[in-house]
Amino acid sequence: MATTLKISAASLAALFAVLGDAGRRILGPAEVDGRIELKAVRTLAEVAGDQIQPVLSAKETAFPRVERLLSYRMAPGKVELQDYDPEVQPTVLFGLRPCEAAGFNSLDAVFNWDTRDKFFNARREQLTVVGLSCTQADDACFCTSVGGGPGSTKGSDILLTPLPEGGYLAEILTERGEALKDLAPALFQPANGEDKEAMLAKVEPSFEHQGLAAKLPGLFTSDIWAEQSLRCIGCGACAFVCPTCVCFDIQEEADTKQGQRLRCWDSCGLRQFTLHASGHNPRSAQSERWRQRIYHKFGYFAERFGGPMCVGCGKCSRACPVDMNLKEHLTQVYEV
Amino acid sequence: MAEKNIYLPYLMRVAKVTDEAPAVKTFRLEFVNPEDADNFDFNTGQFGLYSAFGEGESTFCIASSPTRKGYIECTFRAVGRVTHALAAKEEGDIIGFRGPYGNLFPIEEWRGKNLLFVAGGIALPPLRSVIWNCLDQRDGFRDITVVYGARSVADLVYKYELRDWQERADIDLAVTVDPGGETHDWKGKVGFVPPIVEQLAPRSENTIAIVCGPPIMIKHTLPLLETLGFTSDCIYTTLENRMKCGLGKCGRCNTGRSFICKDGPVYTLAQLQELPAEY
Repeated sequence: MATTLKISAASLAALFAVLGDAGRRILGPAEVDGRIELKAVRTLAEVAGDQIQPVLSAKETAFPRVERLLSYRMAPGKVELQDYDPEVQPTVLFGLRPCEAAGFNSLDAVFNWDTRDKFFNARREQLTVVGLSCTQADDACFCTSVGGGPGSTKGSDILLTPLPEGGYLAEILTERGEALKDLAPALFQPANGEDKEAMLAKVEPSFEHQGLAAKLPGLFTSDIWAEQSLRCIGCGACAFVCPTCVCFDIQEEADTKQGQRLRCWDSCGLRQFTLHASGHNPRSAQSERWRQRIYHKFGYFAERFGGPMCVGCGKCSRACPVDMNLKEHLTQVYEV
Repeated sequence: MAEKNIYLPYLMRVAKVTDEAPAVKTFRLEFVNPEDADNFDFNTGQFGLYSAFGEGESTFCIASSPTRKGYIECTFRAVGRVTHALAAKEEGDIIGFRGPYGNLFPIEEWRGKNLLFVAGGIALPPLRSVIWNCLDQRDGFRDITVVYGARSVADLVYKYELRDWQERADIDLAVTVDPGGETHDWKGKVGFVPPIVEQLAPRSENTIAIVCGPPIMIKHTLPLLETLGFTSDCIYTTLENRMKCGLGKCGRCNTGRSFICKDGPVYTLAQLQELPAEY
């Protein structure tokens, strides 16, 4: 269903006004306290131009860091349960990098295999992803090693790619993308054989993810996990910025009369993640937790869902306080 | 159509509280909503998440048999925040239950076979569900043998049922306590579970072994069973990792390629040998 069109910078600016008038919230990368983060914007001018990507990922728009699952009231011999439906708002995620857009595919898989998670789905269904191809990359990026690329269409409803002559190639990829375009079809023009590749960043593959997955079963007892994670402080920042990490905790917030059950982000890198009440911990060493992170993303998940739970965005490497670089570590594992 | 909230528990009334052992209780739970009771069914081996509202959820097996309708039972030790809150509940109080989750003990495949149950301490509850399930269809199985041990006489759970099983002709029961754990009037065996199994030397031919207990008991029992001729696909156990969702999403119980909440909690020894020992 993909159709390829063009849109000029001026028309794209005009599209923001159309989206606003249509009641769509627009979230785009913009400066927040000196960092780039996704935030509500009204105009194209507010969107940060010269940047790799936000520190945090877009997953929060469908999977908030803390969210209510239910609430209740308590009285002696009585509990009243209250179901909860999240408040949602039609939202355009503008300018997501192709890696981050692809991250939604992993979240979709986990939240909907076997049973459907209505909280994730209610938010996800409101999202239209307008991706923006990358014209620059840094040494944390490795999308091309995990099946993506600076101009990959995975996960985007519309993908914009900057053109040398100005303006953008606009690939309309899904029904949601089509619906967004149909709000202002006159702002788009037919494409005319433009070269999508012309301005794309060059990201040389460092390893090959199927080959990596094939290596893992033989490396479980290797020293490589301890060597790589010696400096890991188990802070969990990698998981919190990750667009595909989905592991969560369920916690209670209550007084003696009422309360709510909350879902919160969690991380397999944290010691308490698997800690039993008895004190027994199946993954008591940081190296075992680092190994789990790699095996889950590139082995177990790939086996169950057909591809790695990693989009090569490099957010974890940029956020790591002890400079662990996932691309380098995975390349090392691949080359064992 | 609005989607269902998969995290919403059933409301359950605590119908009966039984003190089993120090800090160990059994709850009989009945559905507050009679429709839920009518629609509820489970298989032996499945588990649930039990909530103390205001504190959180904890994971335990369903300790009663699916042949007993209208209620479920769970047996737990007060160890952490949620289990202490649950232990404070009295008859008539309301708790939450989500489930049933996970796979099952394939007792339909075991028809016509001998069954050997080996349990230690507070690991009898998951096997108790299977034992009653099989006793309630006694004609379907050949010899049923149970070896159960605890640290001391006081630590034995379901003492009233052990007496009942002791008197039944259609089940062989050996109850043992660790040396030093016996009382002056103790009539059962004294010794650790593995040597008691060794003494009994159950035959492995046409026999399924179901083993659940603390790691030290498992460690010494499994090689013994293999020496007795049990093959790794005829030895079953059930795992219990920390869980939050029970639905294969929260990631916590992931062990190797397996999610214990979805692919387990019941595994054969052959299946366990394929997994890393992260449990």
